[in-house]
Amino acid sequence: MMLQYIIRRVLASIPTLIGILIVTFALARLIPGDPCRAMLGEKATQATCDRFMREKGLDKPILEQFVIYMGEIARGDFGTSLRFSQPVTRILAERMPTTVELSFSALFISLIVGIPLGILSAVRHNSWVDVVTMVWANIGVSMPVFWLGLMLAYVFSIFFKDTLLWLPPSGRLTAGIADDPFYEVWQLNLAKDSFALAFSDFISRMNILNALLTANWKLLVDAIRHLILPAVALGTIPMALVARMTRSAMLEVLGQDYIRTARAKGARRPAVIFKHAFRNAQLPLVTVIGLSLGSLLGGAVLTETIFGLSGVGRILYDAITARDYAIIQAFTVVIAVFFVILNLIVDISYAYIDPRIRLN
Amino acid sequence: MDAESISLESVSLWRITWRRLFRRKSSIVGLIIILILIFIALTAQWIAPYDPLQVLIGLEDVKMREAPCVHLFGCPTEKPQHILGIDGNVRDQFSRLLYGTRLSLMVGFSTVTFSIAVGTVLGALSGYLGGWVDNTIMRVMDVLLAFPSLLLAIAIVTVLGPGLINALLAIGIVSIPAYARVVRASVLSVREMDYVSATRALGGNLFEILFQRIMPNALTPLIVQGTLGIATAILDAAALSFLGLGAQPPTPEWGSMLGSERNQVFTAPHLVFFPGLAIMITVLAFNLLGDGLRDALDPRLAQGG
Repeated sequence: MMLQYIIRRVLASIPTLIGILIVTFALARLIPGDPCRAMLGEKATQATCDRFMREKGLDKPILEQFVIYMGEIARGDFGTSLRFSQPVTRILAERMPTTVELSFSALFISLIVGIPLGILSAVRHNSWVDVVTMVWANIGVSMPVFWLGLMLAYVFSIFFKDTLLWLPPSGRLTAGIADDPFYEVWQLNLAKDSFALAFSDFISRMNILNALLTANWKLLVDAIRHLILPAVALGTIPMALVARMTRSAMLEVLGQDYIRTARAKGARRPAVIFKHAFRNAQLPLVTVIGLSLGSLLGGAVLTETIFGLSGVGRILYDAITARDYAIIQAFTVVIAVFFVILNLIVDISYAYIDPRIRLN
Repeated sequence: MDAESISLESVSLWRITWRRLFRRKSSIVGLIIILILIFIALTAQWIAPYDPLQVLIGLEDVKMREAPCVHLFGCPTEKPQHILGIDGNVRDQFSRLLYGTRLSLMVGFSTVTFSIAVGTVLGALSGYLGGWVDNTIMRVMDVLLAFPSLLLAIAIVTVLGPGLINALLAIGIVSIPAYARVVRASVLSVREMDYVSATRALGGNLFEILFQRIMPNALTPLIVQGTLGIATAILDAAALSFLGLGAQPPTPEWGSMLGSERNQVFTAPHLVFFPGLAIMITVLAFNLLGDGLRDALDPRLAQGG
């Protein structure tokens, strides 16, 4: 039954994926001006341009171009970045770990703070904890991420200067900290250009994970200290949403008969709250997490720009300023596809948590 | 009031809503802030002490990015008063902030009006006609929803070229699906009801059925969605301007004011702090009102007036 549901959901997301490709393809073709001069610069001669158009297949009918484009993307080929003169796929692979690390840290912070606050304010409904949490949650969802980031950077690097609370305002690591990738520390001899090496490299670029794998505590502490401010800035909106959603879901569940029954039969209060109530409040929470992931990816552009983190978001910002269309297009596709897959996972975990959904 | 007089009194939905809205402190706060902001926006040219574009070099003895000078708080009276300081181009930050209100409210209302108009038509057609029309429209909406909204807005502005109008268009396009879905759901819920069938049987045309019979049912969710949508639109527009894709300098727009001074945050924090605070307060006000409206209009919570 579960498998059937998963297959059905995967099939249902295929039209969306094709739609994403159509939209990004159309956006790329709609860019005003001559694509050749946009890619090669204003000084390109007519002959170079003709050759460029032929090579890129831009002289072919639009439908054929779309098929070629789909083929390229299926092979993971996003063309070459004008600005970095490197394959976009490689830039993406190098920058993605930073963004993944940042987004997951932000999500982690939002959950470990948001869920307990939400539960607490539901259990102590209308108490001062509840009021403060809700006021704060309302402010949290209204917070411009870029402003919060700048203010945090200011407070923790200027105001708390020379104290223990000082935190670095930019970068991922302090210069000079050893961050040997784990596959070198472990002396794994991975073949050059192999998938294993590419994958290991991807993992090792997530500093916290790499530090844990190599038991490099200095690196771990330094990486975490650099990550706190951006992760808090990025995590604030989801944190507020999670707190709000947990609270309202818990309030709804706590008012139901079976909770009264559980209490009446003498179950302890924590057991009622966590085993009986919270389990049933998880469903809306999963939805919020799924929705937040999208805003995390969008917010990463702003957060990485402010904190000088060389992730996907930062490079997207650079690409916008430099009009590097290959990068913008590739990143839009990758992040949208990533987002669809995440939503798929959310839907499936929905069905896992609540059996009624997959039976319908 | 005794039971009889309650049953005799007929109370309109709007009055009930109004009353319930004002029972919540947060929605009153939201509404008051919005009224103040509208007042500032309308009167900016009279209450702002300076022209927001006027460069004060040579006119006054002020330096670039000078800290706020408030006479009330001990700033020497021989110095000209600039309560939020001077910006990077030697302009009065306070006046720019006041004028920014105009732009932010305009951004919020215009994008939401645009997306409600387009979203309503699409959603209504989709829900009423069903079949392939519904399928096509809703698949397109799914695709739009598949992109993180800020990212899609960035991609659209990149194609259209940076600028305030293009940024507004991008944000408007990105938020269409939310309204289309709301309207479609309302249409589906009443499409087969007798009074709609009756209009159809009497020979009412599509326009009459849709907009006179069906659409009034979609009004309440649209109002709620629209109020919350204004908050999101203001936030996204500020983000785009911060990235240099929206309003261009020297336009006094909060996001772009913040963006152009962001590298000075350590030396002139006041130039970053106040525009951001203004964005937050405005967004907060619309969020509070939107939440209040949602609760007030929610029929499940309808327990008398």
